[in-house]
Amino acid sequence: MEFDISEEQELLQGMVRQLVENECPLARVREIFEGDSGHDPELWKSLIEVGLAGTAIPEEFGGAGLELLDLALVSETLGNGALPGPFFGHSLAGLAVLLGGSDEQKKTWLPRLAMGDAIGSVAFAEEGSSWQPEEWTLQANGTLSGAKKHVPYGSIADLIVVGTADGGLALVERSGGGVETEPVDGADRTRRLDDLIFDGAHCEILPDGQRASGRVRDAGLILLAADAYGGAARCLEMAVDYANTRQQFGVTIGHFQGIKHQLANMAIRVDPVRFLCWYAAHAFDKIPDESERTAALTKAHATSVFMQTARDTVEAHGGIGFTWECDVQILFKRAMFDRAFLGAPAVHRERAAVLAGW
Amino acid sequence: MDLSYGEEYEEFRREVQAFLAESWPPRGDEAQLPQNEQIDRFRERGVEAGYLSRSIPRKYGGSEQEADSSKAAVIGEEFRRAGAPMDLLGGGVSLLVPTLLERGEEWQKEKFIKPTIRGHIRWCQGYSEPGSGSDLASLQTKGELVGDEWLINGQKIWTTGAQFADYCFCLVRTEPEQPKHAGISYLLIDMHQPGVEVRPLKQMTGNSGFNEVFFTDARTPRDWIVGKRGEGWLVSRTTLKHERSGLINVGQATSQLPALVDLARRSTRNGRPAIEDPEIRQKLAEVEGFMLANEYSLRYRATKDIKGQDPGRIQLMAKLIRSDIGQEVAKLGMELIGDDGLLAGGAASEMGRPDGPQDNGAWVTTYMGSLAGAIAAGSSNIQRNIIGERGLGLPRDAAAQRGK
Repeated sequence: MEFDISEEQELLQGMVRQLVENECPLARVREIFEGDSGHDPELWKSLIEVGLAGTAIPEEFGGAGLELLDLALVSETLGNGALPGPFFGHSLAGLAVLLGGSDEQKKTWLPRLAMGDAIGSVAFAEEGSSWQPEEWTLQANGTLSGAKKHVPYGSIADLIVVGTADGGLALVERSGGGVETEPVDGADRTRRLDDLIFDGAHCEILPDGQRASGRVRDAGLILLAADAYGGAARCLEMAVDYANTRQQFGVTIGHFQGIKHQLANMAIRVDPVRFLCWYAAHAFDKIPDESERTAALTKAHATSVFMQTARDTVEAHGGIGFTWECDVQILFKRAMFDRAFLGAPAVHRERAAVLAGW
Repeated sequence: MDLSYGEEYEEFRREVQAFLAESWPPRGDEAQLPQNEQIDRFRERGVEAGYLSRSIPRKYGGSEQEADSSKAAVIGEEFRRAGAPMDLLGGGVSLLVPTLLERGEEWQKEKFIKPTIRGHIRWCQGYSEPGSGSDLASLQTKGELVGDEWLINGQKIWTTGAQFADYCFCLVRTEPEQPKHAGISYLLIDMHQPGVEVRPLKQMTGNSGFNEVFFTDARTPRDWIVGKRGEGWLVSRTTLKHERSGLINVGQATSQLPALVDLARRSTRNGRPAIEDPEIRQKLAEVEGFMLANEYSLRYRATKDIKGQDPGRIQLMAKLIRSDIGQEVAKLGMELIGDDGLLAGGAASEMGRPDGPQDNGAWVTTYMGSLAGAIAAGSSNIQRNIIGERGLGLPRDAAAQRGK
């Protein structure tokens, strides 16, 4: 019985943290946040160079062969740095091909995704907050016609894993034509979204897609939760830094119990989420019976905590916290993304209730 | 990361099960003995087998086992399943014994530890005073060395279990000329003497768990002091490293959830079972999220402890997190019991059951009783100061700096 990450996993997180600090400090995040595409090919290349694009893709396909726990640890660290770019959707697309694809599909796509030769994404949501596999209605009969919403970096992704009617999955190559993208004016400008219109786009069914789609969703919930923990921890750190810097009445405001207690309340909600995320990821890897429900509860909990922590962090910064210029807003909007993507906390709490037999 | 026990521990589990099948509940002649004797004999065997008092050396009545959180967890699970007596809880076992092991004289260890862990003598903790709560080090109970005895005068308050206690481990000001913290000594005091008067305090629940204790020329021998004169403050803060071996208690943070879900199943809300009510379902799942996050924080902390590594600031948060969740659980329980929330409540013994309140009266008591968790042993606002200052690196507040 040992509940801790390994030395290798600590090294992995340290390596990613270093990369984020070197390649994309908050000043750079802000430039990308303000930019048109929300994507920095140079930054993405630096992730690929250290193997992050294929973190959970098996070594035989050119990936690092790690598990979801490792991927979640990477997500946590990227979330802590508010790192912009397609990492999240790309990682889920790789998992979808791995878990649902034929040998042929794996051989074709996994090496390309792992090496970063192709950017992957997932198209799950439909009109009416329909994120879950059982809610998908898009028919796939060799071709796809219809709409998907909120596709991460849908306009630059080379390979899109589309959720289809009956909870299946299909692959669409964007270069194959029949795919129109319409940018979403999203709050989180570090993770851009596009709505997709398919008009007779050629698609390939993933033979195990129906079995894989719930697992891919669960992985997505866990990665969002891990990102949320990383972001919430960053918010807390920013609020503490501010309390140790800003002076009023001749002392730093951290002297005042009003601030100190608010920050302590934030900390007792934020810090435990780290371990909940580890557990959810570990359950995904090793405890299949608990995996689905734990993923749902963890996503609901972690993203709620992130959202509330971001709100508290704005408040703790006073007037400056409410400005566009203050970096807290970037984290705040990451929290909005984590909270809503794949379904809001209430959706997953109700799913957890159903799964518990309540 | 490995939450399984592995074959080695499953083998160990079978040993524990075999022991329990043999030993609890008592059979034959032993079943006719008074219950306390049954428990006594069982504990003797449990120690002999290495399952109880694992962190206590053999010569003081323990089984002196190597710290092993997995074994401790297996023992806990199997003993609970069998309804067998576990290691005792309470201030004597959890606070005094580790303090004696760390700082006590040899004769003190020999005299006090074994009867304490067997439950033959009971202790109360003489810390808080009417004028010294959060600012404990301002305490004024006086100890004066007269000949070979300490003469003790003053008053303690909120003293849990004093009405049943044989002895008190007590913080007393013995060096009045020294600054605040340096003037305190840690004395052991016999409660059965004319100079000690115990008055139970009636709580808002109607029960009396704690007391006022008045010392009027109470006496204790010169050498019933733990540590040196003036070291009492430090002695009372002795690192509880002896607790390590029993630290993992798998499922402790989620243990009240089943009682809450049961309550939702048998309660009615808006004309149908409360468990079907969307708001209740949301709240249950929300509370469970907090519980699970806490559960795995505790497991992480225990793992780090066993490895001899610093778990970091999460360890400062345990008390506040537990009392916050306890209050959320109690409030949700109150919501669910409906009209029974008009009633006076149930017995004190129902409070703080590890498996949660079992009937509506107990939920009323828990509703009130959960506040005790936010007050006792360092109020929540004091916890927030500790987390802010020691955990987050915020400055000490002005008042505390002045009083230093």
